[in-house]
Amino acid sequence: MIPQKINKNSVQMNAEVISNKKVGPYHHMVFAVGDMAAHCRPGNFVAISVGGSHSSLILRRAFAIYRAIDKGPMGGSIELVIAPHGEGSKWLCSRIVGDFVDLIGPLGTAFGIPTTNANTMLIGGGYGSAPLFALAELLKNRGCRVDMVLGASTANKIYAPLEGKRSVSSLTLTTDDGTTGIHGQISEAIPRLIREFGTEVVYSCGPMGMLAAIAKIADEFDLAHQCAVEEAMACGIGVCMTCVVPIKHEDGIKMVRTCIDGPVMDGAEIIWDKKTVLDGL
Amino acid sequence: MSTLDFSTKIGSKRFSNPIFTASGCASSGQELSQFFPLSELGAIVTKSIMTKPRTGRATPRMAETPSGMLNSIGLQGPGIDTFLEKDIPWLVEQKAKVIVSIAGETVDEYGVLSRRLRAVSGISAVEVNISCPNVENRGQVFACHPDTAVAVIEAVRRNIGGELPIIAKLSPDVTDIVEIAASVINAGVDGLALINTLLGMVIDTNTMKPKLAGKTGGLSGPAIRPVAVRAIYQVHQAFPNTPIVGMGGVASGRDAFELILAGASAVSIGTATFGNPNAAMQIKEQLSELLTQKGFNDFRDAIGFAHRGI
Repeated sequence: MIPQKINKNSVQMNAEVISNKKVGPYHHMVFAVGDMAAHCRPGNFVAISVGGSHSSLILRRAFAIYRAIDKGPMGGSIELVIAPHGEGSKWLCSRIVGDFVDLIGPLGTAFGIPTTNANTMLIGGGYGSAPLFALAELLKNRGCRVDMVLGASTANKIYAPLEGKRSVSSLTLTTDDGTTGIHGQISEAIPRLIREFGTEVVYSCGPMGMLAAIAKIADEFDLAHQCAVEEAMACGIGVCMTCVVPIKHEDGIKMVRTCIDGPVMDGAEIIWDKKTVLDGL
Repeated sequence: MSTLDFSTKIGSKRFSNPIFTASGCASSGQELSQFFPLSELGAIVTKSIMTKPRTGRATPRMAETPSGMLNSIGLQGPGIDTFLEKDIPWLVEQKAKVIVSIAGETVDEYGVLSRRLRAVSGISAVEVNISCPNVENRGQVFACHPDTAVAVIEAVRRNIGGELPIIAKLSPDVTDIVEIAASVINAGVDGLALINTLLGMVIDTNTMKPKLAGKTGGLSGPAIRPVAVRAIYQVHQAFPNTPIVGMGGVASGRDAFELILAGASAVSIGTATFGNPNAAMQIKEQLSELLTQKGFNDFRDAIGFAHRGI
């Protein structure tokens, strides 16, 4: 059930930046990765070195793959949506076309696809929506109904590109400040939407607080819930043991690596309550 | 073609080259084997193993710092049973040279672990981690006091039997590392591993609380390299015949060479692997070139070279 090995398709390479466009507060970047693109699945991520060879930033940064195209005009390519929050992501966003970055991928687990056509709901917070569009396309091609719900603190932080919307049956937006869509936190809107669309399977990606709220709702409705989690990573390849999340285990709590057993995990397996974890350790 | 003899020795054991992994930075090898054959390493030093499976600490476990990082894992691991059943046979199958790192909460636990290892084939040495900073109280860092350090080494020595070299991993967080080194050398270790991480702390100025769940963590990466060079230099000066596995922020062949000049007989690659899974292989290549460039035909002639003619 749970893989315990590094994604067998992952490779380390120098990838050329072939596009870098600012989209609202984010950067949409495209990298030429050759054959690697064919092995990328929605939910997988890449780990990129930042800062150049003399940087004091020694750790890779992990980014969910927004889209992978295995046979484009430039050969295989992958696309990322990056929020320039910290020094590392700012450095990456300042790369120009023709620059090369040291990239490892694809890493981690992918979203599981229902074997029969189901009513699915894809929930994304902020740029956490990035991996959901490729998932939407895949689900639609399998005959699933795809309802997408994207939320953010404010309107321009919702990442919802035009081409991404093609694959969804409905798109609902929420903002904490009410600048667009439903006013309020994304999780507040979910129960009503689940009833309205007859949702059977939930996928989510975004901040851990949001995922915890979705997990609770999925549990109440008794729905399957796959979430892509986010925990600080040092290596991305399973050796550092820093990116762990607590899951339920026969002996109590087990810490599993989100770079290998995740980022896509069963929301019902994760112990979301921090106090329960601290008491259990 | 270079005719460099790249081999090195720790106690009775010979290693094809001096580039090792650092304990806790290569897990038990499976993940890195996707990037290079483990048999290319001088040795893989496994993550410190304890008697029982261990969950480790809550998150956040990591904080990046300038040219370094703090970690607070808390020795998460499968326990010795699973390790011997699964990891060791797999490593042997990969033809990797294996140094098993052990850690205990008590002197007895080190003894128990050593007894479990004595009959296991395919192990080249045991590293006794008496310096993990991520334990509940500082009193448990055996390497901070000569008496406790000696107690652990004696327990290991008594239980391990045979000729398996014993390497004591020491902490730089002591007033006089030479004093600690002297005590474990007298207790019969065959080598030393210098240095473990330094105890550090980061406070998040947004939340105004410690960044790590465990509050403090072990500092590693290039930021600590000068501390490693100093510790290796001091200990090698005092005990030139005791092999040292040097580590601490090595990220290039040049860095590895620096530790060797200070007195290291082998160099472990730790945090650099987090940034680059191929780091150990690249460092090995760079070091070999550098040694040849400097006119060394035998790697062992470079060990402690910085001490000569002083």
